[in-house]
Amino acid sequence: MRENNSKAPASRAGVKEMSHMLGRVVGYMTRYYKWPFLIVVLCILGSSLVTRRGTLFMQTLIDDYILPLTQAASPDYGPLAHALTVMACIYAVGIICSYTYNRIMVNISQGTMKRLRDELFSHMESLPIRYFDTHAHGDIMSVYTNDVDTLRQVISQSIPQVINASITFITTLFSMIILDIPLTIICLVMVCVMVFVTSRLSGKSGLYFARQQKDLGTVNGYIEEMMEGQKVVKVFCHEDKSLEQFKKLNNQLRDSACNANKFANVMMPINANLGNICYVLCAVVGAVLALGGFSGLTVGGLVSFLMLCKSFTQPVTQLSQQMNSIVMATAGAERIFDMMDEEPEADNGYVELVNARENADGTLTECSERTGIWAWKHPHSADGTVTYTKLEGDVTFNDVDFGYDDKKIVLHNIKLYATPGQKIAFVGSTGAGKTTITNLINRFYDIQDGKIRYDDININKIKKADLRRSLGMVLQDTHLFTGTVMDNIRYGRLDATDEECIAAAKLANAHGFIKHLPDGYNTMLTGDGSNLSQGQRQLLAIARAAVADPPVLILDEATSSIDTRTEKLVQDGMDRLMKGRTTFVIAHRLSTVQNSDCIMVLEQGRIIERGNHDQLMEEKGKYYQLYTGNAISA
Amino acid sequence: MIRVLMGQIKQYRRVSIITPLFTALEVLMEVLIPFVTASIIDKGIEAGDMGQIYFYGAIMLVMAFLSLTFGALAGKYAAEASSGFACNLREAMYENIQTFSFSNIDKFSTAGLVTRMTTDVTNMQNAYQMCLRIAVRAPLMFLCSMIMCLFISPRLSLIFLAAIVVLGIALFLIMGGATKIFTQVFHRYDDLNASVQENVSAIRVVKAFVRESFENEKFSKAAEGLYRLSVKAEGRLALNNPVMMLVIYSCMIALSWFGAHFIVIGDLTTGELTSMFSYVMSMLMSLMMLSMVFVMITMSSASGRRIAEVLTEKADLTNPANPVEEVPDGRIDFNHVSFSYKHGTGEETLRDIDLHISSGETVGIIGGTGCGKSSLVNLISRLYDVTEGQVMVGGRDVKEYDMDALRNQVAVVLQKNVLFSGTILDNLRWGREDATLEECEEVCRQACADEFIERFPDKYDTWIEQGGTNVSGGQKQRLCIARALLKKPKVLILDDSTSAVDTATDARIRAAFARKIPGTTKIIIAQRISSVQDADRILVLDDGQVSAFDTHENLLKTNAIYQEIYETQQKGGGDFDQPVPEA
Repeated sequence: MRENNSKAPASRAGVKEMSHMLGRVVGYMTRYYKWPFLIVVLCILGSSLVTRRGTLFMQTLIDDYILPLTQAASPDYGPLAHALTVMACIYAVGIICSYTYNRIMVNISQGTMKRLRDELFSHMESLPIRYFDTHAHGDIMSVYTNDVDTLRQVISQSIPQVINASITFITTLFSMIILDIPLTIICLVMVCVMVFVTSRLSGKSGLYFARQQKDLGTVNGYIEEMMEGQKVVKVFCHEDKSLEQFKKLNNQLRDSACNANKFANVMMPINANLGNICYVLCAVVGAVLALGGFSGLTVGGLVSFLMLCKSFTQPVTQLSQQMNSIVMATAGAERIFDMMDEEPEADNGYVELVNARENADGTLTECSERTGIWAWKHPHSADGTVTYTKLEGDVTFNDVDFGYDDKKIVLHNIKLYATPGQKIAFVGSTGAGKTTITNLINRFYDIQDGKIRYDDININKIKKADLRRSLGMVLQDTHLFTGTVMDNIRYGRLDATDEECIAAAKLANAHGFIKHLPDGYNTMLTGDGSNLSQGQRQLLAIARAAVADPPVLILDEATSSIDTRTEKLVQDGMDRLMKGRTTFVIAHRLSTVQNSDCIMVLEQGRIIERGNHDQLMEEKGKYYQLYTGNAISA
Repeated sequence: MIRVLMGQIKQYRRVSIITPLFTALEVLMEVLIPFVTASIIDKGIEAGDMGQIYFYGAIMLVMAFLSLTFGALAGKYAAEASSGFACNLREAMYENIQTFSFSNIDKFSTAGLVTRMTTDVTNMQNAYQMCLRIAVRAPLMFLCSMIMCLFISPRLSLIFLAAIVVLGIALFLIMGGATKIFTQVFHRYDDLNASVQENVSAIRVVKAFVRESFENEKFSKAAEGLYRLSVKAEGRLALNNPVMMLVIYSCMIALSWFGAHFIVIGDLTTGELTSMFSYVMSMLMSLMMLSMVFVMITMSSASGRRIAEVLTEKADLTNPANPVEEVPDGRIDFNHVSFSYKHGTGEETLRDIDLHISSGETVGIIGGTGCGKSSLVNLISRLYDVTEGQVMVGGRDVKEYDMDALRNQVAVVLQKNVLFSGTILDNLRWGREDATLEECEEVCRQACADEFIERFPDKYDTWIEQGGTNVSGGQKQRLCIARALLKKPKVLILDDSTSAVDTATDARIRAAFARKIPGTTKIIIAQRISSVQDADRILVLDDGQVSAFDTHENLLKTNAIYQEIYETQQKGGGDFDQPVPEA
């Protein structure tokens, strides 16, 4: 009855994607940590060589020291002691190498993670609103929580392991070739078998891991939905049904998890024992060779070779262990790099907003301190001159067409003219395009056709940051940040003093409730201000806009039900904020609509009526219907 | 906590026992193999006896195959046991949550429950699998290797007894310190994610105020803190490997020195010496593994605790012994009811409410935020239990009814209502599973939902997205009302359920109620006077107490609170909201 669309479409990672991803991750590491990374590789090489040297020492130990000792009448332990001292020194170097690379690797992996997070975050902040509107927030979050985490595993464990294993493999191979070539060939053949088996198994487990991630996503989505609606489930006595459905999804997840882990778990014993088989083969063939005296292989040489044989197959086993995390991380890295590759918000504007001082003759000069007067600094590339236009808050729409994608235009031929200080109200049903219009003024979205001019400057020429700085926004859904009440108000203007913030709070009618909070303006807000009521949050949002003190305001009146008294406070706060500013308001309240200078009635992306309250009532059109429909019962 | 979690192994007990057994057998093989290796060298290669080589070679092959089989089986069963255990944990939590009352639900956040059932369970699953295999493997490996060493040469074994003590202490110190820092790291990590979450949902505010670089700086600072702590924690772990190597190499050298002496005396063969080397390795490796297991378990114990919290949460409402199944009529009586969300704190949400509503009456409830309107109606369908007094429906105490029966006959449209992903019809049938299409259409007409449903291309088969995000607020509310009507309840409670519906439609819905379900008691909570003014009686609540309970006309004359609300709304506080056409 219910179908869950999975949230995590884990892609099946092929070898190509995997190496591409690994390459990119390594590239990332080496970009900032070229020298440390080089030291790490050298140290791994060093520590691996020491290990090899230790194994080779076994040969000399038995052949050159112990066997002669057993044959001598009066054994002289001097040479052995000397050799062991030398070995101890070599081992010491190995230990130092090992510590060095382990320690540096911590800095590299954590540092890379930090840079990755920073870059991911700042890139995310630069993405256009469209990205956030078209991607589920849960999915964006999952990049930070799940995907970055799997990558951490790869960077801090898999990559050093891979390097280590490769070095071990190569150095061991080298020493084996020195010892005996035919036996080396046997080992190589066995390794091929192991690689083959590993790739088959990891292919299978990768497939199931992808399925497991998908099932996990489904279960996750289902739990989220049902927990969100748990009270409704209760009220409708739907507990059994909801459990039944959950069991089905849960069992699916169990099966895929079981399969994925099964193949991963089996890999290790299979590889280890293929290694054992290799050992037996080498022992038998080696014995034949050594005893037959065919290739000058000594008994001690064979013993060393057999030890090498173990360390030769070990890296393959180790690598196979790493395969799973690499497979999982590939999918995660893909999502991370997808987000990194997302095109940031383009900004070709060159007109800037500057502080200005008015001269006696009415012209403007730029200055650095805050004067309360703002000007648009407009450089003209043609003749190299700069003109200053005073920021007034005059906004015009000229035949604007807009669609979220080019095929489906949702706003048609929008024309409007707002002179400084005017209040323009938008009314109309949900989906008529009210919010869309306000998204265009601040260039959250760019228009398809027509022109929007701000103080007679095409808004495309204005730097986005400066454009937005000149506009204040109070959104329908209030979002607050973790921090004190004061921090949240100051969000509007970072250099505002405490007094300015309190003044703004007073203007917004927020001062009253803030005073009664346990720590007043220093009360910590957490979890999007969950300790405040809806109305209080709105008051704070108004205060935040007030402290920014912009000449143009965009207001989206909240429809959510707050009690009448708080609503009145909000209402008064908004009214005071609007005074003297050009205001675009998506109106839900009669009072707001009534005293607007111009009301735009929108229907299906077109302005169907415009005028002030009295004119529209006169017209007896849509607005009249809306208003009187309301009046019947009000 | 451990007992609660272990209780969920259930049908996977068998595989959970088999896995360590196979692991043990695998370990046994692994331990014996070096012994055979030694024999190949000593009795075969050194002695130059090909027959012996073939013999021990064959034995070793058989052992390798056995070890492979045991290992593979252990791996398979471990996967079954751990994924089954995880599945049971999820199911048990989900099942227990279904028994939760509203006050239990209030204790946990949705996000918290989701994390518990996904991330935390996955942690437990990994830890369990680890326990079944490695926690058996490591000590066993250690023990067997130890025994083998003692078997080969008791005196030489003394060397690594000392080594093991040293390594054990070193690892314990390293790990113990690191674990403590790691817990801090996880906290920082949660904070960091919370700030990302905040930015994602408030991106419009960030962009509108041009605070991108401000946020970047904030984030960078938090990430820097996390970085420092992580480096501190992992820097300690970086000591692991070198310490391990130090101990191994010291053992090797000591072993070579003393081993040489023993060989000279004839107490030891060269083959035995090589086996000793591998046993030393595996002994120290298993110690290393144990320390990792230790870290894993400490880290997952937080997850375990969070899971156990859900599992041990007891539903605080239970059905009576001989429940009444049928609600006779829609009479409602509150006999001196007091109610508090937190028992014993004295913070009473409702105080001494005494109300009597007759069957079929329409009652409006009005009052400020937090005055207890929702709490009051939630008591009627026993979503919470009263602290004092008695709530009666149909002349009986609500505690005497079977809870399902009561809730089916007292329908509540919650203030914070949700639709589920599925078609409109699916959603409506939550009200009654076997409702026909005609019945669904009928209730939608009453709730004025038919007008927009008919305009959807797929009509009643229109797919509703999770949380009902593809319908407007007003449409959602009307669907929720229709869903409740389908129950054909004796009492219908609307908890601020038409706030996003325009006033004209709101009036039509109320008119339909009066016409179609006259016998049903209707309780309507609203912010707007217009929604309640034509009710038979209106209850004005103020700070948990009844201020007045009378008709609109009388209240306008006598009740100050009511007058004030009326005045402010008359002056233009009403909604100017979505009228007839909806996109």
